[in-house]
Amino acid sequence: MFGLARKLSTKGVLGINARNCNYILRHNPRRLYPLVDDKLATKRLAIAAGLPVPDLYGVIASHRDVRELPKLVAGHRDFVIKPAHGSGGDGILVVSARVRDGSAYRLVDGTIMDGDDIGHHLSNIISGQYSLGGHRDVALIEYCVKFDPIFSECAYRGIPDIRVIVFRGYPVMAMLRLPTRKSHGKANLHQGAVGAGLDLATGETTCAVIGNSGITEHPDTGALIAGRQIPRWPYLLDFAARCHELTGLGYIGVDIVLDRDKGPMLLELNVRPGLNIQIANRCGLRDRLKIIEAQPDGVGVAERVAFSMGSLLQPATAAH
Amino acid sequence: MKAYKVWVLALALFLVGGALFVYKWQGLGYPLLPEEETRIWTVEATLKFDAGPAPVPAKVTLYVPALTPGFAILDENFVSRGFGFTTRYVSGGRQVQWAVRRIKGEQTLYYRATIYKDPLQAENDSTPPFPAPPRLREPDSLAMQQLVGQIQSQSADPASFTVELLKRLANPGTDQNVLMLLGSQAGTTSRALTAITVLAAAQIPARLLRGVYLTDRERQARMLPWLEVHDGERWIYFDPATGAQGLPENFLVWWRGSEPLYTRDGGGDTEVQFSVQRNEVDPVLVAERRAVAWQSRIADFSMFSLPIQTQAVYGILLMIPLGALLVVFLRNIVGIKTFGTFMPVLVALAFRETQVVAGVILFSLVVVLGLLFRFFMEHLRLLLVPRLAAVLIIVVLLMVLISIVGHQLGLDMGLSVGLFPMVILTMTIERMSIVWEERGPTEAIQQGLGSLLVAALCFSVMDIEVLKHLFFVFPELLLWLLAITLLLGRYSGYRLLELLRFKTLADPAP
Repeated sequence: MFGLARKLSTKGVLGINARNCNYILRHNPRRLYPLVDDKLATKRLAIAAGLPVPDLYGVIASHRDVRELPKLVAGHRDFVIKPAHGSGGDGILVVSARVRDGSAYRLVDGTIMDGDDIGHHLSNIISGQYSLGGHRDVALIEYCVKFDPIFSECAYRGIPDIRVIVFRGYPVMAMLRLPTRKSHGKANLHQGAVGAGLDLATGETTCAVIGNSGITEHPDTGALIAGRQIPRWPYLLDFAARCHELTGLGYIGVDIVLDRDKGPMLLELNVRPGLNIQIANRCGLRDRLKIIEAQPDGVGVAERVAFSMGSLLQPATAAH
Repeated sequence: MKAYKVWVLALALFLVGGALFVYKWQGLGYPLLPEEETRIWTVEATLKFDAGPAPVPAKVTLYVPALTPGFAILDENFVSRGFGFTTRYVSGGRQVQWAVRRIKGEQTLYYRATIYKDPLQAENDSTPPFPAPPRLREPDSLAMQQLVGQIQSQSADPASFTVELLKRLANPGTDQNVLMLLGSQAGTTSRALTAITVLAAAQIPARLLRGVYLTDRERQARMLPWLEVHDGERWIYFDPATGAQGLPENFLVWWRGSEPLYTRDGGGDTEVQFSVQRNEVDPVLVAERRAVAWQSRIADFSMFSLPIQTQAVYGILLMIPLGALLVVFLRNIVGIKTFGTFMPVLVALAFRETQVVAGVILFSLVVVLGLLFRFFMEHLRLLLVPRLAAVLIIVVLLMVLISIVGHQLGLDMGLSVGLFPMVILTMTIERMSIVWEERGPTEAIQQGLGSLLVAALCFSVMDIEVLKHLFFVFPELLLWLLAITLLLGRYSGYRLLELLRFKTLADPAP
């Protein structure tokens, strides 16, 4: 057992305790949490900073407003409902189409929900069922991303997204998250989505995992996952790196979606990004974080991205 | 910097807690183990006399223990119907005086003391002045001088002088000097008194003391004489019968000097009897008394100063920090997931009544049935708070049902379900159903079992008698728990279950 711990330690694998103790507690001041825990606040910040985000169709803030949903989404074929204070993708509904003359909604995984079902879900969000600490919450109704066709053969319904860990403004590790049948179209790894490691230098997918086990093909579509190029990679990293200035948080997970028409958009920020990204990349985070810790303050976005794309953070050098 | 502060704080807490703990344990004698018992003796002196047929005033004095090397008095009482009593210190120790204006017929007065062994109770008597040389008539005076001279030539110090003297007094043989001094009386007491006279002639302070052996049970304990000799620095003891030095173990000094044990105005038939009875008591009682006797503030801040009912509550509450520490360990070091941070501790408290097996069965039963109901309610589309209330009502109904059905079937374990924390169960059901929907049944069941496992472990630890006793008697040990918790709070190593999660990363890439 200690042998295993030592092996993991030499590989630079970051554990939850070390993440919380050395990075989150140290680099993420508590007072900044509301900026990211409230997705509405994040959205406003991003708009103010000129970062593209999915359009907000409306906010449902009270049980009375629930009736307003059809009005809010009139004219939109598909949309997403998410709790403003949700975590880990809980409580998110992705509606792909209206059925039965618009009286019912089809979700991205094929489930049909009628108006009452959706209304109940909205009430639950407002009551705080999905919010941290059970506080009252609001439901955001927003644009449903049309995913880039480059993912069409390796994503089962749902919308794939890119998670970038940004430490002190430097992208340190990234992965592509692909929804599966099991994850009900959601892109969260603990819900069963595929995580594919990304080469920071090139933006190419390397290896992939479901849960903790490595895979080479998407379980539902059978498409090979490795070797896929993410378009506009340097721009994406630049996008992610800017989120540091956006919030002032030192250690964040930036979730970016690639829209077919509108390009990369900021989906959400996470102050406690998960550690499975290490499994997806077959690489520990700690050594990379150590390298970044040694960097001076006040470096511009472009230099930071260039540094991250340089060889210093590559597995070949970072693993030893 | 911060890490160093935590270590310093933890060390400080550890030392403060430890110092208090050691002082109470070693100094005051608070017991470390629950089953430890302290030996105590109840010594009773019964004084009987007949005041005669006509009412007369009566005044009786009786020596009671005062300076008792090796023993301490835990408690004492004077039982005397109709008499007023006072105690006072006199030359021979302490005396109780019973007095009454008019009394007739047979009277019985009691003095009862509870004694415990206390090695710290030493002789703290003052150094006596040199005794006045005895005034003797010839030829006793000459015999005395010769005897003292002989013994002095054969001894080096007061102790060896006394030993030699007692040897000669015990076996006078044909020594005319000794025979003359002893006279016609041959008892041990008179021999001791003779020894004191000779010692006085040799300028050695000495006195007679009387005491009883503390045996297991003795209805007619005898007061035995003992010789106390001051060697210039401290008192040393000799058995006047054998000359053996030292005070025997279990020998309780009652009074000193040659005065009689009791006096009674008007004289008449008076009888005193001593009885000894050994008992075992809770050592905490003795420690508390000792703390009071030492005027230590510890006893004022002891759990035992609280009312019994409050004590019972704290007996349980003081174990909660231990459960919390275990939760910290199981979550941050092992990595077990549970519903609600301290929910397992509260469930563990409920297990106290049900015991662990029945507790786990009942808990699972209520949660499973509650979950079924919760899934059914999902179709009713209730708002969150009314839904929680509905689940709570169902939980209470389920508990009633389990109790009634269990009782009908003759299973008494069903009755103890009533002590389960209902609100906690309700929240568990709600959160489990959400996890079930959002993350799938595997995760929900895993977390449910994790919670149960942690609760069972918490209960097993919180139910250890020794620990219960320790935390109740030494609440300062909570500072140790705090210190450990602070240190665990800085643990940034891997969690045990994380090792499994990241196992693939340890192997070389395929």
